Amino acid sequence: MIIESSLASLGKYCLFLCRVFSFPDRWKESFKRYINEIVKLGLDSIPLVIVISIFIGAVCTIQMYLNTTSPLMPRYSVGLATREIILLEFSSSILCLILAGKVGSNIASEIGTMRVTEQIDALEIMGVNSANFLVLPKILAMITFITVLVVFSMFTSLWGGYMVCAVTGLVPVSTYVYGIQTMFIEWYVWYAIIKSLFFAFVISSVASYFGYYVKGGALEVGKASTNAVVSSSILILLLDVILTKVMLQ
Amino acid sequence: MIEVRNIKKSFDGKTILHGISTSFYDGKTNLIIGQSGSGKTVLMKSIVGLLRPEEGEILYDGRDIMRMNAGQMKNLRKEIGMLFQGSALFDSETVLGNVMFPLKMFSDLTPDEQLERAHFCIERVNLKGADDKYPSEISGGMQKRVAIARAIALNPKYLFCDEPNSGLDPKTSILIDELLSDITKEYNITTIINTHDMNSVLGIGENIIFVDKGHNGWTGTKDDIFDSECQALNDFVFATDLFRRVKNYVKATRNDRKEGVK
Ligand SMILES: Nc1ncnc2c1ncn2[C@@H]1O[C@H](COP(=O)(O)OP(=O)(O)O)[C@@H](O)[C@H]1O
Ligand SMILES: [Mg+2]
Repeated sequence: MIIESSLASLGKYCLFLCRVFSFPDRWKESFKRYINEIVKLGLDSIPLVIVISIFIGAVCTIQMYLNTTSPLMPRYSVGLATREIILLEFSSSILCLILAGKVGSNIASEIGTMRVTEQIDALEIMGVNSANFLVLPKILAMITFITVLVVFSMFTSLWGGYMVCAVTGLVPVSTYVYGIQTMFIEWYVWYAIIKSLFFAFVISSVASYFGYYVKGGALEVGKASTNAVVSSSILILLLDVILTKVMLQ
Repeated sequence: MIEVRNIKKSFDGKTILHGISTSFYDGKTNLIIGQSGSGKTVLMKSIVGLLRPEEGEILYDGRDIMRMNAGQMKNLRKEIGMLFQGSALFDSETVLGNVMFPLKMFSDLTPDEQLERAHFCIERVNLKGADDKYPSEISGGMQKRVAIARAIALNPKYLFCDEPNSGLDPKTSILIDELLSDITKEYNITTIINTHDMNSVLGIGENIIFVDKGHNGWTGTKDDIFDSECQALNDFVFATDLFRRVKNYVKATRNDRKEGVK
């Protein structure tokens, strides 16, 4: 039963994506929407990204300090370990999980509301491919802007660690800075960015899918947005495992 | 003219439309009436192609939409305007933006001409001066009028209205009815209106189709309705004391007139 229904959903999702990835009726209108979505989904997420990144960066640094008190470990390992955590997992996977909550629920409720108030029917009746018109700009905006968010998060997280060192003097600032520079592997940055592209696609397409097929009223819109966040979070975690295995081995 | 032949539609095994056949005429206000839940919206959505009936034919001046390919469908869509029950205005667009929308997407007019056409439509529905308001800032009646303006922006041949005066006060309802009726005559549109409002039925019902729990109930005009023998229709239309009195009055005056002729 469960397998059958999930396969049915998967099929419906694929058909939905086929409708999304077709040529827009009017490029100009779709481009305008794309710019709007970048502002709404991307730029508006920056404050959240900054706040979370600074704090996680700071906490990571403190934890690393507290948990690596062995005399055999050099002090700069605090910076080094913080950097690896941030680059490898936090700024891509965890950040995208958080964005799945913010952006995903926003997308699902917006599209879901348009569905239950018949705005999507109104588009269809005019002859607009509503899936393409509403969803494609969102997916493209998320995929293009996620890179900015990820890189932004890397810098602010490391800066959060730096601030902790500077304010509390856990580790001398120069040692921390040495730590975050030493044994740097550039591929990790690309790995984080590539992962996040997949996650951005998952967040925007899954949330749109849940919103697009809402039936009923306001209550169902709420449910759809919860389901969208849960499903996209699980998919992100699953993809994380797969992509890590593929790219880091 | 739109001809509907024997359309059947069911959801999850539950049949909603049991083979409806009827015709809708040019330049007339065609009404689909029936109780809530009788399948009026499903019928209308099937006719415009938002739902796909399992059986039947739907002919737009001879063109069967059940056999159209995507391109033909798209062309037909440009000839159709639709007014949804909840207005379905785009929340993120202003009044002007809503009316401009179909023009921007589908017309070959220049931006200036589009603006001119949008203003013309907004004035036609007596909403001059509301251009920059958002749908959430205007009353239900105004929203309906914006939706009418948007529906007629591309000069449709067919106009569909799902309960255009639900949720409106009687006076505003009559204004909307009159507006729809005037537009129908002015541009010779095939207008189809879903309603369960008796004022509309008796006011603008030039061709009335009564849907009785998904079955063809009765067809006629607002004048025929007083003589109908159809029990379900009478129960529906003359449900209130007021309308029973209207019926008795109309019948009495008709008899007087007949006797006068003699
Ligand atoms: N998408 C749908 N899925 C399942 N049932 C539906 C759907 N749309 C309408 N129905 C059912 O069809 C019946 C007729 O609905 P509707 O056409 O909206 O009535 P009304 O005459 O009030 O417009 C109702 O019982 C409704 O529950
Ligand atoms: Mg209805």
